[in-house]
Amino acid sequence: MSASSHKASGPAFYALMVCLIIMAIGPIMLMLATSFKTNIDVNDVNVSALFFTPTISNYETVLCNVLWYEPAGDNYCDPTFGRALGNSIFIALVSTAITLVVGCMAAYALVRFRFMGRGVVSMTTLMMRMVPPAVLLVPVFGIWTFQFGLDGTYSGIILVYVAMNLPFVIWILQSFIVQVPIQLEEAARMDGANPLQVFFLVVLPIIKPGLAAAAIFTFRIAWNEFLLGNALSGRSTRTVPVTIVNSITEYDIDWGVIMATGMLLAIPPVIFTFVASKQIITGMTAGAVKG
Amino acid sequence: MTSVSRINRLTPYMFLAPAVVLLVVALLYPIGYMIYASFLDWRPSQYIGEAEFVGLRNYINLWNDEAFRESFGVTLKFAAVVVTLEMFIGVGLALLLDRNLRGMAALRTIFILPMMIAPIVVGLMWRYMYHPTVGIFNRTLKDWGFEPIPWLSDGTWSFVAVIIADVWQWTPFIFILSLAALQSLPQSALEAAEIDGATDWQKVWHIKLPLMMPVLIVALLLRLIDAFKVLEVILVMTNGGPGLSTEILSLRIYRTAQEFQELGVAAAMSNYLLILLIILTTIMFLYNKGAENRAERLRAAAQEA
Repeated sequence: MSASSHKASGPAFYALMVCLIIMAIGPIMLMLATSFKTNIDVNDVNVSALFFTPTISNYETVLCNVLWYEPAGDNYCDPTFGRALGNSIFIALVSTAITLVVGCMAAYALVRFRFMGRGVVSMTTLMMRMVPPAVLLVPVFGIWTFQFGLDGTYSGIILVYVAMNLPFVIWILQSFIVQVPIQLEEAARMDGANPLQVFFLVVLPIIKPGLAAAAIFTFRIAWNEFLLGNALSGRSTRTVPVTIVNSITEYDIDWGVIMATGMLLAIPPVIFTFVASKQIITGMTAGAVKG
Repeated sequence: MTSVSRINRLTPYMFLAPAVVLLVVALLYPIGYMIYASFLDWRPSQYIGEAEFVGLRNYINLWNDEAFRESFGVTLKFAAVVVTLEMFIGVGLALLLDRNLRGMAALRTIFILPMMIAPIVVGLMWRYMYHPTVGIFNRTLKDWGFEPIPWLSDGTWSFVAVIIADVWQWTPFIFILSLAALQSLPQSALEAAEIDGATDWQKVWHIKLPLMMPVLIVALLLRLIDAFKVLEVILVMTNGGPGLSTEILSLRIYRTAQEFQELGVAAAMSNYLLILLIILTTIMFLYNKGAENRAERLRAAAQEA
């Protein structure tokens, strides 16, 4: 504990770091390993957790109806996953796009303009962040089913996800827009640009890192969400998390297959993490940490 | 000229309109609808208009319902324990590792992973690891000659189990925020302390922590709010059981609506949860104002020194 924060540090700190890394990715690695394990090996205590004969049969089972070949040996094919994967991708992408466009416009208005009702909008948006999804379950089910007629449709689920993510996106983008030098906007206005042009051609390109962070967070929530997706989706609009929960029974779980499904669901967030960790960290700390 | 100024006056509303419409239609209106529904005896097969108005009956029944009160207690206990553990471990690790170590960037990247993965999948991973016979924990215990632990089949252990899973998933959040806060501290204050011969402990206690406080309180607030949103991880791991040992409120709302089809009761529960959250966040918000002022004064003092 005597080393100051600028001296090079001893091996103890590296040991601690290695421990933390192992703890953080251990469970994920175990899931990855199990997804390549046959059911017999999973249930055999004598087979090592990490060293065994790998097989891709679990993935074949999950993806059976979107494979270009007939998986060997397997007889049962559950056709729901391919469909659910398509639904998840479509719903997550569309809701992310809408949230971003609507959210950054609102954030811009809240940062750059003084107008009547600004305080109310700003405060309400902040308060909305704390509403747990479970609280929305009953009313959203009721309204979407009986008043909007949107139950079981893509637009119904997308509408909820957009609304759920908007407060967060507005909040996070505000902290990026504040940093845009206002002189740039004024110069553009001098050159005769209207407010929309200023926004799309001057402001948006500058806050790209913020947009990237907001996009990843929004996509993550829409991609991972179960509760409201479960309440609103019909047979043909089910997302992957919903199919996963439906396939878990109380006692008998096909661990290999379910871990393969989990891995497939985890792939996009994992890719984002490695490609854009810098933006994610900036987004996470923006707003909470002021320079 | 008049038309131009009118356009200027309308511009903010034009930018804001889509968001406001969406928030009103899909968030504010549902919350109002929920408050109304909480006064009804309502089943999912009925239109809301056909549901019987029962006044405060749902609220009173819940208040007197021992199972609901237990679930309320479990929720508070869960939130308090996970947030406390995550704050201590996260801030502690950040203080410990805030030095120019190589590989820090890699650690931070890897630390994001648990937060990015779907809660459903996190629940699955932990349920598998807690499996009574083939789970990694009990296998290891057995290899080392210990008794297996009834992770998910014993009330106390299953509460411990869901807490471990949440701490695993969310401590990195506190760690990353604390680290960012530490790296934005004014160097002058730390150097002045160094010259005065302050020990590492004194620096942590009297300079680093007070200056980090505003960030830490925001982090605490965000974690606290999120702790009340937890649902999927516990749904997959224990489904609230055994008994009611891990049945947090959001899970109880889900089950009341989905399994027992009592929408009015579920709405009243949602309202209780919302009121609890409003009280907690208001307290935190007021406290945060005080901490911000203190840190500001400290910063100013450091600048002068």
